[in-house]
Amino acid sequence: MSGIQKFACWTLAAIVLGGIALSIIVPADYTVQFRETPNAVPTHQHLLGTDELGRDRLARVLYGTRISLLLAPAAAFLSTLMAALIGVVSGYFGSWCERLALAVTDLVLSLPWLFLMLAVRAVLPLNVSPLTSVVITFLLLGLLGWAASARVLCTGTRVLRNSDFILQARASGLHGFRLLAVHIIPNLKPVLYAQFLISVPVFILSEANLGILGLGVAEPLPSWGSLLRELEGWGGFSTEPWKLAPMLLLILVVSCFQVILAREEVSA
Amino acid sequence: MRIMRIFRHLETILATLLIGGFLSATLARLAPGFGADEQELDSRLSAESIRQIRESHAQERNILHFYFNYLKRAIHGDLGTSRSLGKPVRQLIADRLPITVRLCGLGLLVGWTVGLALAIAVVMAQVRVLDVFAAGLAGTFLSLPAAVLALLFVYFNAPASLAISSIVFPKVFSFSRNLLAQSYGLPHIITARAKGLGSARIFGWHVLPVAGPQMLALAGVSVSMALGAAIPVEALCGISGIGQLAWQAALGRDLSLLVTVTVLVTVVTLAANTGSDLAMDIFRGQQA
Amino acid sequence: MKRRSILAFLIFVLVLTRVLSYAQSGDELRFYLRSDPKTFNPLLVADDASETIRYLTGGVLVRVNRQTQQLQPELATAWKLSKDGKSISFNLREHVYFSDGTPFSAQDVAYTVQHLMDPAVHSPTGDSFRSGSGEVRTDVPSPNRITISFPAPVAGMDKLFDHVAVLSSRSPKQEMAVLGPFYVADYKSGSYVLLKRNPNYWKRDSAGRQLPYLNSIRMDIQSNRDIEELKFRRGEIDLVNSLDSEYYDRLASTSAKLLHDAGPSLDSEQMWFNQVGNAPIPAYKKEWFRSTNFRRAISLGINRADLCRVVFALHARPAVGPVSPANKFWFNTKLQPQSFDPASALRFLQQDGFRREGSTLRDRDGHPVEFSIITNSGNKYRERMTTMIQLDLGNLGIHVNVVTLDFPSLIERITQSFNYEAALLGLVNDDLDPNAQMNVWLSSAENHQWNPSEKSPETNWEAEIDRLMRAQPDEGAGVGH
Repeated sequence: MSGIQKFACWTLAAIVLGGIALSIIVPADYTVQFRETPNAVPTHQHLLGTDELGRDRLARVLYGTRISLLLAPAAAFLSTLMAALIGVVSGYFGSWCERLALAVTDLVLSLPWLFLMLAVRAVLPLNVSPLTSVVITFLLLGLLGWAASARVLCTGTRVLRNSDFILQARASGLHGFRLLAVHIIPNLKPVLYAQFLISVPVFILSEANLGILGLGVAEPLPSWGSLLRELEGWGGFSTEPWKLAPMLLLILVVSCFQVILAREEVSA
Repeated sequence: MRIMRIFRHLETILATLLIGGFLSATLARLAPGFGADEQELDSRLSAESIRQIRESHAQERNILHFYFNYLKRAIHGDLGTSRSLGKPVRQLIADRLPITVRLCGLGLLVGWTVGLALAIAVVMAQVRVLDVFAAGLAGTFLSLPAAVLALLFVYFNAPASLAISSIVFPKVFSFSRNLLAQSYGLPHIITARAKGLGSARIFGWHVLPVAGPQMLALAGVSVSMALGAAIPVEALCGISGIGQLAWQAALGRDLSLLVTVTVLVTVVTLAANTGSDLAMDIFRGQQA
Repeated sequence: MKRRSILAFLIFVLVLTRVLSYAQSGDELRFYLRSDPKTFNPLLVADDASETIRYLTGGVLVRVNRQTQQLQPELATAWKLSKDGKSISFNLREHVYFSDGTPFSAQDVAYTVQHLMDPAVHSPTGDSFRSGSGEVRTDVPSPNRITISFPAPVAGMDKLFDHVAVLSSRSPKQEMAVLGPFYVADYKSGSYVLLKRNPNYWKRDSAGRQLPYLNSIRMDIQSNRDIEELKFRRGEIDLVNSLDSEYYDRLASTSAKLLHDAGPSLDSEQMWFNQVGNAPIPAYKKEWFRSTNFRRAISLGINRADLCRVVFALHARPAVGPVSPANKFWFNTKLQPQSFDPASALRFLQQDGFRREGSTLRDRDGHPVEFSIITNSGNKYRERMTTMIQLDLGNLGIHVNVVTLDFPSLIERITQSFNYEAALLGLVNDDLDPNAQMNVWLSSAENHQWNPSEKSPETNWEAEIDRLMRAQPDEGAGVGH
């Protein structure tokens, strides 16, 4: 692990641990409304000021960060798993199986997935708690986000399938799923790992996009998407620079993933 | 062989379009809220008018019937009428497509120019500060969701096409930079440099043929990237292009409009990908 | 339960200073429409953008002066309502021409009314005249006189003609031939609507100069309010209609002179509980929602003053009922808004057997009291209101889930499947007379949201409202000059 990669890992860890530590010093949890001071500027009590309902912005940013950092990797894991299943199997068996998988992938990539998010949200029972709804949102992102990774894995598997050592393994009598499990999947580990790392920031950004479009998590739960909605009608650098805090944190987190990813790609 | 390959591509595109259109119509039909009209809440409307509004959706309830009729009409150039906007879909597409083409076209042009120029400068100059600066800039833009970029561009009253550029540029830069760096590391290029060949000549004669095919692949991907970003950018910047239309179609459960927009976006995406695949083949063929 | 007006008559604000400077200049006025107009047919208008176009292009027989709320003559010089409230006679202005030069006569009014009341047209404006079954008759004794007779009394009939733009019966341009100050010269969907001065407009100012002063109005279509505000600051548009409280305050901080606070609007925000008998929600919840004590407790538990202060920055007022203080004739100034009183709320709940167990309120059978409030996503004011209500009711031990849904899903739930518990939406009203909301207040009506289409009134108070609403049209006779 290179120096910069270690630094990125430590930064991510610091954000998570710092978030937990800072939760102790915030005046109240993310739901409490200080109604006498809505849209307050930063003070010693509210280090990042308050939002439009008087809720402590720092508390909300910290909680929203934890939510995204916890659930985005889970969604990425799910999507990588699905991509592995579809991509590896289709790439390994080739022929019509591969063509079908690629056609399905194209289809999934071309479907209006924003609309699907909209529809699924509307189908959910109304008494689902905000936390459950955010879990479902990320779950859905994971279920929908496999297509691009599947393409990469399919290509990777095809290359491996035609390689000399696989030919040798076949000649030695290894076939079917045993060949897949013993030789192909272990050799795809770096690609799988890279796809997982690529997906994490993608899902963080997707949730943020959904939140800004009004399809994010339910109130009063904060997420990066709902926090970034504050930029609608933003007053500007000179009057409200603290409203940029969620955005800067998002840049920092996603950049850390990119740094780790870049190094992983190199090592892969 | 190449013609056969083109035909196979076209077959796949056609099949994907037909199934994609059908699936998007099915999605809209099965989604909650299909058949519900905002007008129903108009307190002036009589029970009879409300009943009539509900019945007006009846023709679309059978999705197979709807899709078959839609395709039948589409062959004759009639794409139906948008329920939510009350206008012929064909007219809506004709009015709004140029706006999105301009938005994405300009966005792609600027994104590619800046990304590629920066990548070439970084690789050729080999100046650490420039590399860090460019990587930092690209990393920052890569870390911002399209919707945030759109909001920021609204705030700065900057052209929305630059929001698309900001989405395309970091990916073009990162990819090109790595690709060019790899290409410049190839033994024959190192030899050419050692022999004192000019930078422009090395780039044009040796680097470009190596990196070209993959660049073309990225070009195809960047078109779908720009189109994907057009939905949040147009919706948030209030630009009345295809992206906003797609958003309105989804929110209004507007079957004809949603199917048409999905098919249109799919056509462009698949055509761009196929075009870059074929161009890659030609490129490789010429090299061989 | 009554549809609780939880607050808020939003301040209707016009920004018009720049308009005045243009008024005599014969120049172009520019402002934004927030969406595409869905129709240019004035009889089918149902959306805001089309309404704006109709207002600027349509010629009407009478006009309600928005400031005095009195009727003024327009194409009709005089009118008379019959004593039974079923018919109205108009004397029409002479030498008036449509924008394409076609002459205007009583035949055009008759043609318009016949189209308006045609059941196949399903005109929302027409439906507001529909008080009974039967045919609408038009008698044209002379080119400048017409009598329109309805099968049943129509409440506030004369004021309803404010929304009826007269169509030409003879013009080949059909609804595009207009009698208002402007006509639609150009339109590109999603981009703009261009109105040009109607050269045949009949109205003149006190100096005898033909109106309107402006040569054209350009309305670009722009849904983003930030862009609208920015363009206004830069002088690229001249007018912003109906500002949000947030934008109002921002503009006030930099350009106070450009703002004009036009006072309360007729609109309000409402929260109601689902009381539909066959709604797919648990029976014990239906019992809560149908209990007057429960609903009163919820009403007392919501801090309306906070909602007005925090969400609307004091640009809204707690409502005292469904009638806005802007409605000078119908508003009862003696009524006081519902106070915020959690202690009384708990007393009402106890009367129904509810009890606190720790931080949870339970009903007499031990069910924890929790319900969801649905509202439309993307409306930040409603999202904020529901979040504040969630916290207010949380203090009573009631767990509230806030659910934002896109509009079609929400409409389906409140009008078709009835699969919801409580909803918060706005009641848009552009008419002063409660008769325009007949479909909201009558228990048998489709838009009686909390329990629509009742076969017979299910509560005594609904029966009383039905009686009063039905009696109202009979009070209609009057004369205009």
